[in-house]
Amino acid sequence: MRFVQTIACGVALMAFGAAVQAGETLDAVKKKGFVQCGISTGIAGFSLADSKGNWSGLDVDVCRAIAAAVFGDASKYKVTPLTTQQRFTALQSGEVDVLTRNTTATIARDTTLGLMSAGVNYYDSQGVMVKKTLGVKSAKELDGAAVCVQPGTTTELNLADWFRAQNMKFNPVVINNPEEAMRSFTSGRCDAFTTDKSQLAAVRAAQATPDEFDILPEDFSKEPLGPMVRQGDDDWFTLVRWTLNAMLEAEEYGITMANVDEKAKSDNPNIQRILGVSGELGKGLKLDNKWAYNIIKQVGNYGESFERNLGKTTPLKLDRGLNAQWRNGGLMYGWPVR
Amino acid sequence: MAHNTTTPQAPRRRLSWNDPFTRGILYQVLILGVLGFCVWYLVSNTLHNLAVRNISTGFDFLGREAGFAIGETPIAYTPSDTYGRAILVGLFNTLKVSVVGIVAATVFGTVLGIARLSKNWLVSRLAGLYVEVMRNVPLLLQLFFWYALITEALPGPRQALHPVDGVFLSNRGLKLPALQGDGLSWILLGLALAIVLVVVMAHWARRRQELTGNIFPVARVGLVVLLLVPAAALLISGAPLALDMPELRGFNFVGGLTLSPEFAALLAGLIIYTSAFVAEVVRSGIQSVGKGQWEAAQALGLSRSRMMRLVILPQALRVIVPPMTSQYLNLTKNSSLAVAIGYPDIVSVVNTTLNQTGQAIEGILIIMAAYLTVSLSISIFMNWYNNRIALVER
Repeated sequence: MRFVQTIACGVALMAFGAAVQAGETLDAVKKKGFVQCGISTGIAGFSLADSKGNWSGLDVDVCRAIAAAVFGDASKYKVTPLTTQQRFTALQSGEVDVLTRNTTATIARDTTLGLMSAGVNYYDSQGVMVKKTLGVKSAKELDGAAVCVQPGTTTELNLADWFRAQNMKFNPVVINNPEEAMRSFTSGRCDAFTTDKSQLAAVRAAQATPDEFDILPEDFSKEPLGPMVRQGDDDWFTLVRWTLNAMLEAEEYGITMANVDEKAKSDNPNIQRILGVSGELGKGLKLDNKWAYNIIKQVGNYGESFERNLGKTTPLKLDRGLNAQWRNGGLMYGWPVR
Repeated sequence: MAHNTTTPQAPRRRLSWNDPFTRGILYQVLILGVLGFCVWYLVSNTLHNLAVRNISTGFDFLGREAGFAIGETPIAYTPSDTYGRAILVGLFNTLKVSVVGIVAATVFGTVLGIARLSKNWLVSRLAGLYVEVMRNVPLLLQLFFWYALITEALPGPRQALHPVDGVFLSNRGLKLPALQGDGLSWILLGLALAIVLVVVMAHWARRRQELTGNIFPVARVGLVVLLLVPAAALLISGAPLALDMPELRGFNFVGGLTLSPEFAALLAGLIIYTSAFVAEVVRSGIQSVGKGQWEAAQALGLSRSRMMRLVILPQALRVIVPPMTSQYLNLTKNSSLAVAIGYPDIVSVVNTTLNQTGQAIEGILIIMAAYLTVSLSISIFMNWYNNRIALVER
């Protein structure tokens, strides 16, 4: 099972690790003809498979954007669903080229795992969900509660930290399987269920009666979620980082899937640079000059991706909140494409 | 035979390809060399790859603060303790469920195995049905079933079943009053004394029976001794003894002893699954004893239970013990499925650790070393026991 897969990844790291050398991910991706992304095993809005096995979500869009930038074709990607426990080994061993899997960027991960966070595509925070029948309005009332949590995440640490800081006790029930953890919560084994708030919203939306659950106002932590790559491959790292920036810049300048061809005729020098009409910025990335055009044409800008996967028209009904553009009071700030 | 003068002499060994002995040595050295090279290659390649990727290695992380909480802690543990201690907690949890599981599965399985040979049609068929069903349903499925049953069917803590004062049954587990105070150590002392007394008494009764033929009711007297001596010790010492009653405070119960749903579900699953195999081992062991032994025992006029205990089981044990060892090992290793239902066994704790430190290879090595040690210990003990009960040929 999962445990066996973890071992298998470890063995792969031992035996075949030498095949992947730093600095050549882009070449390897071009050679095999698709980009291989590690994604989560199923969180609505971020990466979820439909009945035909097609994956969609905010994280899958990052993967498609990378494919669009490299190949000019957003469909040239493949995904590997990974649990929290498999994800790092899979990236380290070269099983995937990039991890686009709501993973929190932390200093420990950047310094001890041989990995590197390439940016943030969702600013999240850890929260708690309770049943409305419990009559709790704040996490500070949860002293002595049993809390269901999934293992091997920053979630487990934040939970312990937060209760320690509040001088409160809790009883963790650590369950590996997300569905089983959720079932434990709904059956009443735990008083509360904790994970990132976006996931709580996704889990709640998937319930038969979402109105029975409350997500409490407290934020246990900051969770900057974003793609990760292997250390030592600067070209690939830069490519992933600027793929995110291109989507943010496109939103800021109002370039959408629908109007991208129209906008290409614009006189605005910023828009001209982004869409590769002027300058040779794509060359620096070792890509076609139309790399960002391809991303926007086929995947859309960040705002479009957000609304399509998480926004008001989806079952998740999430606000832009921290993920709004910086001009609208959010934290999303695309670095200048120039 | 002693005066045979033409004892053939072993031919002198020469270094020749035709000499099977030399060839044997050569092959073994060759295979050992290849194996050694493979191990060396894997280890050095791994270390090289880890270094190239800036992945930290070594066991230093064991001394760092773990930072995560664990639900069940047989030894004191808080999130500010080290990873090493967290893993120790996991190991103790594994041992706890394994030891209780092995004892219970042995008792339950033996009863089932004997029941399957019963002359009562209903009893033997029911035992047979149990064995066939439980052996053929995957353990993981059974664990999910028991866990779901406990958490779904039982009420929440506020509506907990409350049959007797101080006993609560809810989806948070079974809560029992715990004994507290100095009196507890006197009771334990009395219990130890009682056990010594019973052992001495059993020895004396055996000798008396060998000498006079009179049978002493060891079981009945022993039970009385086991109950009376600790009680007497408590009364004489006059030490205080209090009950720590569980009570509902806030969301959960405080105080008392807890049997958590995770532990209960895992234990139930392991016992029920393994006892089906144990039953088959016991049945085949009993059936391996010749019919003549039964008839001989019957001819001595022994009761059926004495026949089983004194004649059949001692002979059956020789067949039973080796496969039983495998079942004990299976049970111990199967306890690692605990992670699926949230019991913090060693695999669960190490998984969390290796995910937070990123040191997957060290983590897996720790798990392997732990299971290897436990398994070898069981194996050594059972081999010792097997040798002890082996047929003594005179």
